[in-house]
Amino acid sequence: MTTIEFLVPLLIVGLLICCAMCLYRIANGPTAADRMVAIDILGTVVVGFVAIITAVSGKAYLLDIALVWALVSFVGTLALAKYLVGKQLNE
Amino acid sequence: MNELIGLVLITIGVLFDLLGCVGLVRLPDVYNRIQASTKCVVLGTTFCLLGAMVWLATPAVVVKGLLCILFLLITSATAAHTLARAAHRSGVSLADESVIDRYAEDLKDLYENEETVS
Repeated sequence: MTTIEFLVPLLIVGLLICCAMCLYRIANGPTAADRMVAIDILGTVVVGFVAIITAVSGKAYLLDIALVWALVSFVGTLALAKYLVGKQLNE
Repeated sequence: MNELIGLVLITIGVLFDLLGCVGLVRLPDVYNRIQASTKCVVLGTTFCLLGAMVWLATPAVVVKGLLCILFLLITSATAAHTLARAAHRSGVSLADESVIDRYAEDLKDLYENEETVS
């Protein structure tokens, strides 16, 4: 049990560092396409976050959130890509 | 024992996530960033979900985890392809170190064929 108590906060901090890197790329990506890629990756990282919280807390219904998050993030990325196809993305 | 195996799987997943996000920050180009970060982060998240499934090992978690992995593998590949296509079509330039651009050649051939047909 001590291994779990030691390792789980480290894993959560690792995923928070991932989120911070994605936010850095969203804040000063040179083009709009960079920002869209970073938002997509952030959604995937959050799915992993929900998986860890599910494993630690032992509540199965939390995985529904991961499922819905993956699908909604996909639809959002697709809509943004379709909307921006006709535009110049170089700012 | 289940908890330890799940914890090892989740640790591998988080390491892959970190590598993918380092690629997202460090690489010079939209297309390089798409390729590095999508592959690594999807593999890492898949490992996290597998770890949760092994850790808890109840039927509800296993079924939902498998569904989530399936959706993730399908949608992330589609989203990365659509993003790369949209970026190329809207004129985001490649990095200076790039040596070849096959999609531009294909597009040029396509436009020439359309002009000869019409």
